[in-house]
Amino acid sequence: MKDMRTPLSRVRGLGSAKEGTEHFWRQRVTAVANVPLTIAFVWLVISLAGAPYAEVVATLSNPFVAILLSLIIISALVHMKLGMQVVIEDYVHGEIGKMLLLMANTFFVIAVGAVSLFSILKLAFAG
Amino acid sequence: MVELALPKNSQIKEGKTWPKPVKADGKPATNLREYRIYRWSPDDGENPRIDTYYVDMDDCGPMVLDGLIWIKNHIDATLTFRRSCREGICGSCAMNIDGTNTLACTKGMDEIASTVKIYPLPHMAVVKDLIPDMNHFYAQHRSVEPWLQTTSPTPEKEWLQSHEDREKLDGLYECILCACCSTSCPSYWWNGDRYLGPAVLLQAYRWLIDSRDESTGERLDNLEDPFRLYRCHTIMNCAQACPKGLNPAKAIAEIKKMMVERRV
Ligand code: SF4
Ligand code: SF4
Ligand code: FES
Repeated sequence: MKDMRTPLSRVRGLGSAKEGTEHFWRQRVTAVANVPLTIAFVWLVISLAGAPYAEVVATLSNPFVAILLSLIIISALVHMKLGMQVVIEDYVHGEIGKMLLLMANTFFVIAVGAVSLFSILKLAFAG
Repeated sequence: MVELALPKNSQIKEGKTWPKPVKADGKPATNLREYRIYRWSPDDGENPRIDTYYVDMDDCGPMVLDGLIWIKNHIDATLTFRRSCREGICGSCAMNIDGTNTLACTKGMDEIASTVKIYPLPHMAVVKDLIPDMNHFYAQHRSVEPWLQTTSPTPEKEWLQSHEDREKLDGLYECILCACCSTSCPSYWWNGDRYLGPAVLLQAYRWLIDSRDESTGERLDNLEDPFRLYRCHTIMNCAQACPKGLNPAKAIAEIKKMMVERRV
């Protein structure tokens, strides 16, 4: 089928989605949050490296540490999800493939997040 | 869309090497400059090819465009390219020269070490030889409604603007819409159907920042879109390419700032 629409009609397309700023802003916010959180995370890993299980449990049962770790997981995963979404939108052009990948991206992040948070809470409360 | 290899019918073949020029007295010209130029015609069903030409520098001006015109006048009248002002103001002679998008009329041959290699602007449909199809690009420009929009009653004389507000247009109004920036932008290559690209977004910002305009909000609404605006990832190719020394990436960053500003 020959496309006989005018160039302007093609450019205007379905109109503006009136969104994107939320995504843009969240990506900046999580980027900023990730700086101190990552430093804290690296520090925690270094100080717990090679420590026996009981000591790790003891550290994690400190609410401050458990909350910090949870925040790291959330901020990093949200940032990762937003970044991956951009990559998919940039490079995948088939509408169906794009939708599926965007969904998979969301599912993956939620699954990883759920498992990570559950593990942290388990260690924090039950040991 | 991302394409790492050219489609079969766009793959470039080695073309013709045209004879070296001869002086008026019949002796061969000695001060030569080699040009390797992309050629494609819509009429013959052939793949694109690279033709080799030799320009007699004793008879030719210093700019790359001078060489192209010399070739067209003296060697091969079928060589097709756009040009008009030959002084960097019309934007029509934009092409990929020596690996970068720039204007043939302001690029000196002395800036290029040896052979002058010329291709059309990247990732655009080619009409013929060095002429890209600009219809989509111009429609994108049209879509940002690049004219003053007001609702207040039109004043007796001109719309007033302070010196400070006028200065905000510096670095924007100089854009000649040559498209060197947009066609150097990877985001525009992959998503140019929906992403407006640096040139058009710089133009959009020129109207967003104009103190006399009364449609700023509608203009922002129109741009707020994951594809129209937010495909820009600040890769900065655009600022590097612009032959007028403008910085579209900065204009785009300012638009994003306005988007955030109106919601926080
Ligand atoms: S800064 Fe934005 S517009 Fe400029 S080249 Fe990069 S992605 Fe394209
Ligand atoms: S910003 Fe520069 S490169 Fe882009 S269209 Fe305008 S003059 Fe050309
Ligand atoms: S001929 Fe006008 S910009 Fe080069």
